[in-house]
Amino acid sequence: MQSTTVSLRRVPQGRLAMWLLIAGELIIFGSAIVVYLLLRLRYPEWGAEAAKTHLSLGAFNTLVLLVSSYFAAKAHEASLKKLKDQVLRYLSLTVLCGLIFMGVKSYEYAEKITHGYTFTSPKLVEAGQGAAALFWSFYYFLTGLHALHVLVGLIAIGFIMYYVKNNKHFHRVELVALYWHMVDLIWIFLFPLLYIMQ
Amino acid sequence: MATHTQSFWTKYIFSQDHKVIGAQYLIVGLIMAAVAGFFAYVFRYHLAYPDAEIPLWGTLDPRTYNMLVTTHGALMIFWVAMPILVAAIGNYLIPTMLGTDDMAFPFLNMLSFWVFFLSAVVVVASLFVPGGGFDGGWTLYPPLSVDAYLNTNPDFWKALFSGGSLVILALALEFASMLMGGINFMVTTINKRARGMSFSRMPILVWFMNFSVVTFMFSVGPVIAGALMLLLDRVAGTGFYDAYRGGDPILFQHLFWFFGHPEVYVLLFPTLGVIGEIIPTFSRKPLFGYKFIIWASIVAIVLSMVVWAHHQFVAGINPYMAVFFSVGTILISIPFAGIILSYVATIFGGNIRLELPMWWAVGFLATFLIGGLTGLYLGSNTFDIYAHDTSFVVAHFHYTLFPITFFGFFAAFYYWFPKFTGRMYNDFLGKLHFWGTFIFFQLFALPIFFLGLNGQPRRMSDYTAFETLMQDWHIQFREIATISAILLILTQFIWLYNFIVSLWKGKRVSSDNPWQANTLEWQAPSPPPHGNFEVYPEVYRDPYTFGVVQVNGKQKDFIPQNEKLPS
Repeated sequence: MQSTTVSLRRVPQGRLAMWLLIAGELIIFGSAIVVYLLLRLRYPEWGAEAAKTHLSLGAFNTLVLLVSSYFAAKAHEASLKKLKDQVLRYLSLTVLCGLIFMGVKSYEYAEKITHGYTFTSPKLVEAGQGAAALFWSFYYFLTGLHALHVLVGLIAIGFIMYYVKNNKHFHRVELVALYWHMVDLIWIFLFPLLYIMQ
Repeated sequence: MATHTQSFWTKYIFSQDHKVIGAQYLIVGLIMAAVAGFFAYVFRYHLAYPDAEIPLWGTLDPRTYNMLVTTHGALMIFWVAMPILVAAIGNYLIPTMLGTDDMAFPFLNMLSFWVFFLSAVVVVASLFVPGGGFDGGWTLYPPLSVDAYLNTNPDFWKALFSGGSLVILALALEFASMLMGGINFMVTTINKRARGMSFSRMPILVWFMNFSVVTFMFSVGPVIAGALMLLLDRVAGTGFYDAYRGGDPILFQHLFWFFGHPEVYVLLFPTLGVIGEIIPTFSRKPLFGYKFIIWASIVAIVLSMVVWAHHQFVAGINPYMAVFFSVGTILISIPFAGIILSYVATIFGGNIRLELPMWWAVGFLATFLIGGLTGLYLGSNTFDIYAHDTSFVVAHFHYTLFPITFFGFFAAFYYWFPKFTGRMYNDFLGKLHFWGTFIFFQLFALPIFFLGLNGQPRRMSDYTAFETLMQDWHIQFREIATISAILLILTQFIWLYNFIVSLWKGKRVSSDNPWQANTLEWQAPSPPPHGNFEVYPEVYRDPYTFGVVQVNGKQKDFIPQNEKLPS
């Protein structure tokens, strides 16, 4: 017997679980961001390091994620009417934006690493600028953790596209869209903290 | 009803039935308890007789001593208390008490168990890697948890397969598993209550289970982020906790205890729920202050999030902040004292039936009282600075966590054993087990308070070099504590024997409701089949309608939640 048959309440189970998952995720990211902010107050020299990030690429990536969230929302809208082709089209566009984001991010990482700003930045440590090296540790930690979530989101969207293609589980489009909005939201916080706050 | 056939694998191993998953959690938890208990025996023996060879172990060097203490702490909190109290009791009772067939997400439920199982495998494996198990204390404080040699010459794989890194990985898996389980608990509670089961008619245990997982969810974020950073420090050579590179070792203490203090309540809430079910049933009185208990718990959860630094009074904290954290800590005792007093008020004037589960419930209240009250002392920073890192703290948290974990579990075990097995335990052996556990625990933990007040530091394998700690009474107290601890462990074999024999040969229960309780799980067959109920119950009243009532001219002592009275 399907367990949902005795369910009497109106909130769809998947949506409820996804909101709870998002709450948990936000606390993980929130605490990492709070730690970053506290240390940012302690080390004014982090401003100079933040100035070395690629502001225009970061801004472009922010735009890309915002657009991808729009597509995710459109996909959700289409899923309510069970318009299979539209859902697939919008989800593909979301994935495309996600891939562009990851591509730009990889380019940024590669650029930084060739300039000696790595996860541990040994050059900065040797030069006695340990705090500056710590900024880069945080930069990679926060953006890396976020990128990991983008990757998980892309894989999840792939699964949902497979289901929708087989005319199954249209309601799960909403769940993956919710998750994708959360990924977008976290970036909206990370971008000013790591790129703009100089 | 679920009548489809199941193979051995889908029925017992990769089962999606909440009761089987509960049993799986229970078995893994008990095995880990046996391991952690054995470690406790080894290092307690060493503390009492530092020169003697330890039976079943051999000699003990200080590093191994540290490793055993560390592993004992980590296992008991994360791989014994968490799976048994939260996962096992929650899995068994939330769906049955809510009058439904299973969890909201049975597949996720199975997944969370197997992630937990993996975490248990990883933490056991961490004891056998080159370099030995982790020995820096269960709280994982840097710099001890960030081995310096790994940072100066980082070898990723070697660093990853070291004891400390594996413990952190195991913790991450455990947290992921408990988060999945917690989401499942909450969605089940919100979505799958029986018809008529409003929130205000839910058994108090279901409330407490949800408080437990909410507290866990809202406090675990920082330690997940903090543990990730610690892992990166170990394996990638970052300097998040390295003061030389601008990092901050105290930072980890903040992240850890932001989780660590609420974690105590994550464990306490399920036990309070169990006790809150047992006491009304055996006092034949409605639970005193049902709504008060719920609101007091919410206040306690909120307060528990802002008191974490009382673990760090000696870590160089701003004195003004110390006052803030002291006051917050002491304030928490108000809601919890209210809850405990509500239970006492429930007993007061009741028609008490002293069955075995009631013994455990009362034993819990009596023992936990000492743990709670010494917590008040330690919460005050003036006293804590004196007692910090002494055995007084050790005795305090054993007086809280032992009753929470074991009295809570055994109370639940004896209370629901007839329901979930359909058989009765041996009452005499159960009483023997209770008195053995109760007396030997007090004799084990009380002397440690006095040793701690006399300045005996914790986390030290051998006191022979300190004359002031080697007076006659010190040595005797250590011996009393050790002998009692060994007897305490041996007493548990009575329970194990009782458990196994009753499981196969126990007397079958004649009634599905042997304790004459009102909650819905007693309306299911014993043991409940896959799907739990033959007819899904409908709820007409709150779960604690006890006392003499007139029904159709007949006197009744209790009315189950699903019994419709003729109007």
